[in-house]
Amino acid sequence: MESVLEFFKNLWNLLVQLSPSMLTTIEIFLLTLVLSLPLGLLVAVCRMSKWKPLSWLTRIYISIMRGTPLMLQLFVVCYGPYYMFEIPLTGEWPFIAAIIAFAINYAAYFAEIYRGGIESTPLGQYEAAQVLGYSKGQTFFRIVLPQVVKKILPATTNEVITLVKDTSLVYALAIVEMFTRAKMIAAAQTSMLPYLAAGIFYYAFNYLVAFLMERAEKKLGYYQIK
Amino acid sequence: MKLVEIKDLKKSFNGVPVLRNISLTVEEGQTVSVIGPSGGGKSTLLRCATMLEKVDGGSIAYDGKYMVKTDEDGNAVYAPKAELKGICSTFGLVFQNFNLFPHFSVLQNLTDAPIHVLKMPKEEAEAQALELLDKMGLKNRADAYPGELSGGQQQRVSIARALALRPKVLFFDEPTSALDPELTGEILKVIKQLAAEKMTMVIITHEMAFARDVSDHVIFMDGGIIVEEGDPKDVIENPQNARTKEFLSRVQSTI
Ligand SMILES: Nc1ncnc2c1ncn2[C@@H]1O[C@H](COP(=O)(O)OP(=O)(O)O)[C@@H](O)[C@H]1O
Ligand SMILES: [Mg+2]
Repeated sequence: MESVLEFFKNLWNLLVQLSPSMLTTIEIFLLTLVLSLPLGLLVAVCRMSKWKPLSWLTRIYISIMRGTPLMLQLFVVCYGPYYMFEIPLTGEWPFIAAIIAFAINYAAYFAEIYRGGIESTPLGQYEAAQVLGYSKGQTFFRIVLPQVVKKILPATTNEVITLVKDTSLVYALAIVEMFTRAKMIAAAQTSMLPYLAAGIFYYAFNYLVAFLMERAEKKLGYYQIK
Repeated sequence: MKLVEIKDLKKSFNGVPVLRNISLTVEEGQTVSVIGPSGGGKSTLLRCATMLEKVDGGSIAYDGKYMVKTDEDGNAVYAPKAELKGICSTFGLVFQNFNLFPHFSVLQNLTDAPIHVLKMPKEEAEAQALELLDKMGLKNRADAYPGELSGGQQQRVSIARALALRPKVLFFDEPTSALDPELTGEILKVIKQLAAEKMTMVIITHEMAFARDVSDHVIFMDGGIIVEEGDPKDVIENPQNARTKEFLSRVQSTI
C-alpha cells in the first residue's frame, strides 16, 4: 500500500517537474499548426496551378518532404545554414529551425489533403457560382473551401495526432521539450518512471486533440455533402 | 423588345461541331421551349449563352449589348471584363441537378449572392428571399439545409436562388429531368406561374405537353441545328420536318 502511494507521488512529482518542458512541446505543436495549415493551402493551390513550372516545383517539394525522414529535415534546416554559410548556432536558432522544419514538412502533408478535398468538389458548384456572378476568389473562399474543410477534417485529425508525437523528434536538436527532459531525468534517476510520465502526457494531449476534432466534426455535421 | 439575340452561333468540341449556326431571338416576356433528342446540342447552347462554354463563332447579345461577337478575321471576341459583369447579370440559369450550396441554409442560398455579388443590404436580401420562398411554397423551410429537402423542393430553391439576382431572362436546362415523375408537377407549376407573370425564359424540356401549353415559341434542335421552330401547337401537334415527326412520335406517350 505504502509503495503504491509512493509510486503515484513520484509520478505526480515528475509530471510537475516536466510541466515547463510540456509548454515547449505545446508551443512547437501550436506554432507548427498555425504556420502549416495556411501554408499547406498555399502549397495545394500552387500544386494545382495551371502554370506547369510552378505545379512541378511544388510536386517535387511535396515528394521530398514526404519521402525523407522528418529527423533528417530537422538536421538539414538546423545545421545546413551553419555548414553552408557559417551562420552560428546561437541561442534560439535550433528552436526556430525546428519550427521551420515542422511547418514546411506538415504543410506538404496538409497540401495533399487539401488538394484531395478541393479536387473532389463537384464541377456544378463552380458553375453555379460562376453563373451567380461570384468572382474566382469568392467562389473559392465562400463556396469551395468551407466544404473542403468539412471533407478533410478526419484526415487532418490523423495528421494532427501524428504531429503531437512527432514533436518529440526535436530532442535530436537538443531542444529541451517534454521528451528530452524526461530522458534527462531518467538518466539521472536511473528510472523508467519519467518515460511513463511522458507517455501519460502525450496520451492525454492526443486525447484532448481527438476530442476537439470530434467536436469540430460534429459542429460541421449540420449539413451533408452529396 | 429583343432581350436575347443569338446569331450564327458555332461551337465544336475537339473538332466535332456541336452547334452549327444557331440563331435565336427571345422577346421580353416570352417563354421559349427547346426540345429535341439527347446529344442534339441543347445544353451546349445554354452553356454558351451563360458563358459556361466559350463560343467559336457568332454573336450573343443581351438587351442590345454584345456579350460576344465575331470580328472580321472570324475570331469570337468577348466584351471587356468590366462590361461582361453587367451583361452576365442579365441572365440566370437553373441546372438539371440544382447545384445548391450544401453548406448554406436555404435562406443563405438565396441571400449570399445578392449580398456578396450585388452588394445588396442584408435585410433587403433576406426580405426578398423570404418573399421568393413564399412564392415557391417553401417559406417554412428557410432554415433547412439542401440535403434535408426533396428533389422538387431543392429545384424550387434553385429557381428562387436564380430569381434573387433579378435576372431579365432565366434559362432552364431540363429542370425536371433529375426528379421522380411525381415531383415534376410542382416544378412545372412554378415555371407556369413565372410565365404568367411574363418572366422571360428559355427552357430545355422533354415535357411536350408543358412546352405546347406554356411556351410562346418552340424550337426543335437536332444535330446542332434548329430543324424546326414556331408556334408550339403547330410544331408539336403538326410537325412538318421528318426528323421532328420522328422525334415527337417517339416521345408522344408523354403528351
Ligand atoms: N465538354 C464537352 N466535351 C466534349 N463533347 C461534349 C462536351 N459537352 C457536350 N459534348 C458533346 O456535344 C454534343 C451535344 O451535347 P449536349 O449539348 O449536351 O446535347 P443535349 O443537351 O441536346 O443532349 C454531344 O455529342 C456531347 O457528347
Ligand atoms: Mg442536355
